Amino acid sequence: MTAVFLGIPTAPRGVGHLRGEESFPDAARGALRNGQLRANLGHATSTIRGKRAHVVGELTDWAQLREAGRAIKAATMARLDEHLIALEEQVTARGGTVHWARDANEANEIVTRLVRATGTTEVVKVKSMATQEIGLNEALEAAGIAAHETDLAELIVQLGDDKPSHILVPAIHKNRAEIREIFLRTMPGVDPGLSDDPRKLAMAARAHLRERFLRARVAISGANFAVAETGTLAVVESEGNGRMCLTLPQTLITVMGIEKVVPTWRDLEVYLQLLPRSSTGERMNPYTSLWAGVTPGDGPQEFHLVLLDNGRTAVLADEVGREALHCIRCSACLNVCPVYERTGGHAYGSVYPGPIGAVLSPQLTGVEDNASLPYASSLCGACYDVCPVAIDIPSILVHLRGEHVEAQTRTTPEAAAFRALSRAMSSPRLWRLAQRAAGLGRFLARGKPTMPNALPFPASTWTRSRDLPTPPAETFTQAWAREHGG
Amino acid sequence: MKVALFATCLVDTMVPQVARATAVLLERLGHEVVVPPGQSCCGQMHVNTGYRREAVPIVANHVRAFAGALSSGVEAIVVPSGSCVASIHHQQAAVARRAGEHALADDAAALAERTYELSQFLVDVLGVTDVGAYYPHRVTYHPTCHSLRMLRVGDRPLQLLRAVRGLTLVELPAADQCCGFGGTFAVKNSDTSTAMLTDKMANVLSTHAEVCTAGDASCLMHIGGGLSRLRSGTRTVHLAEILASTEEAVTPQQSTEPAVPS
Repeated sequence: MTAVFLGIPTAPRGVGHLRGEESFPDAARGALRNGQLRANLGHATSTIRGKRAHVVGELTDWAQLREAGRAIKAATMARLDEHLIALEEQVTARGGTVHWARDANEANEIVTRLVRATGTTEVVKVKSMATQEIGLNEALEAAGIAAHETDLAELIVQLGDDKPSHILVPAIHKNRAEIREIFLRTMPGVDPGLSDDPRKLAMAARAHLRERFLRARVAISGANFAVAETGTLAVVESEGNGRMCLTLPQTLITVMGIEKVVPTWRDLEVYLQLLPRSSTGERMNPYTSLWAGVTPGDGPQEFHLVLLDNGRTAVLADEVGREALHCIRCSACLNVCPVYERTGGHAYGSVYPGPIGAVLSPQLTGVEDNASLPYASSLCGACYDVCPVAIDIPSILVHLRGEHVEAQTRTTPEAAAFRALSRAMSSPRLWRLAQRAAGLGRFLARGKPTMPNALPFPASTWTRSRDLPTPPAETFTQAWAREHGG
Repeated sequence: MKVALFATCLVDTMVPQVARATAVLLERLGHEVVVPPGQSCCGQMHVNTGYRREAVPIVANHVRAFAGALSSGVEAIVVPSGSCVASIHHQQAAVARRAGEHALADDAAALAERTYELSQFLVDVLGVTDVGAYYPHRVTYHPTCHSLRMLRVGDRPLQLLRAVRGLTLVELPAADQCCGFGGTFAVKNSDTSTAMLTDKMANVLSTHAEVCTAGDASCLMHIGGGLSRLRSGTRTVHLAEILASTEEAVTPQQSTEPAVPS
């Protein structure tokens, strides 16, 4: 029998939230018309941008910290297998159980089985991108288990039957008036006189959640970091809901992408400085929870760690694209992205929106399942500038565009045009002819300084909103050659 | 100094006055300008749209066109476009190497070392900020993304503009925000691009400047195309055209009217 290597598996279809129903340009078209969304996003992103710039500016060694953050991740990824095995040994030695999940389906099955074994039908959840990625809440619901989100913004999204639109602030697309409306409509026993004062809204959520914290027997979390040498898991947060979930229930299940491991305890020194400043624009986040295995008589007495691949090994195999795995989910790139600021996160169709999502989602699913995302950027480079681990997002976007183009088995009209243009641009004689042909466009303008607005596709995509200057009769190089006897 | 001018495909074909102004300016500063025939494009549009294989022969053409200039005494290649210089510096050698064309990659890298964006050439290589220009207009400056973040030209264009006699420089709010051009982004994601352009235009118009300038003709074609469509009175003029203007010849090559169809 001949073995056929089909490539490293990517995240499977039909489960989780990595693929949108529409292409980015189509989804963006609708989002751009939503004035309330534009106002909410513009206000929120510019506020966080300012806070981040302020606290990053305070550190004279930011460039060195950033380089350390990049270097530790690069070195870790180069020996990821060894670090993961070390992590498993340490977690097991401290009384935890480690499970390996190849993809979203396996991870969902493992977690469902673990929850069922406790006999409970509800769980509380710490905000986690990994569990959003695999669609864990839906999988649990299908198994008759209710998952209650406890992060305020994640709760707003869940109560509103909505989708998260930001990595850090999943409800960034909602303003406080809209949040008040969701609470009044969906929160049992809420004060009908609830105002849109942020403190009052937080108090309502607190009362709603407190009951669930005290009742829950199982909690599910993600992880910001896992230290291989000590088996320590880390969750950073602002609200304290995470601390409640991580300490009160009897059983704790943590679902973690395999790229979250760091080799040593000391590595946290770097990331616990980089992350809060880049993320919420705070010098330090209010709650940092660290735990290793189980401690008799203190906190959860049963701890499970689910290590999730779901396409990550495929990303690691790409020499250019693998840098995307360095991401620490701070969302600084979303907040500075001029595309994200205008379209919002839903247009990306994945739980990972914005610049990092545009390089991560297509790699996790395979580029052809998210082929419009690498083009959802003007390549302005603002994301690279703010990334606390210096991921060169614009270069990865360009690389993935190349992967997409080279994956086509048929010649598209666009490819035919670019190939013809390549031939012209690599031959001075053909290029002069092509320039002459372009110059003929001036006759369509009939003496006017700009071309007609109604031009055929693809020129129409420009002229719908912008004038196109009329090309001149003579190019500069032609004129120069004429004057200088070339 | 003997200087070779790379006009770039867009400037040469669509806005030749920008290349002309660059040549006029460099000659006025006492330098000999040559325009190597056979030049076409740096390959950026192909690379950034995903056609990196197809970009390789374009890079080879660029190297052929300019390698001869260096051997005939040219000391620098000057380009009135930040993004093309960024592509020459950051992409050309990489796409050639990826295609296994290592000799081409080495040649491209050697050319890149001698290739300068106009404001960098003036300020860093020639050491001038006052180029003797006269431009009696109210002007705002948009720092294009690749000049700002890939070439790090910093305030060099502003130093040059501040030294222009008669010119009133007004600060552009949210200047570091992308105008939404992004090459084929402007057509593949036309709606998002237009949303970004709208905000850029709002900021430009809030300055009440007559002229919005920048170091990239492509971004200016985008901003100018939007301003013209709105029939605003503000026009876009390349930095080279402003620096080429003098009392004797105010804007000899540029239209003084916004491009509004009559």
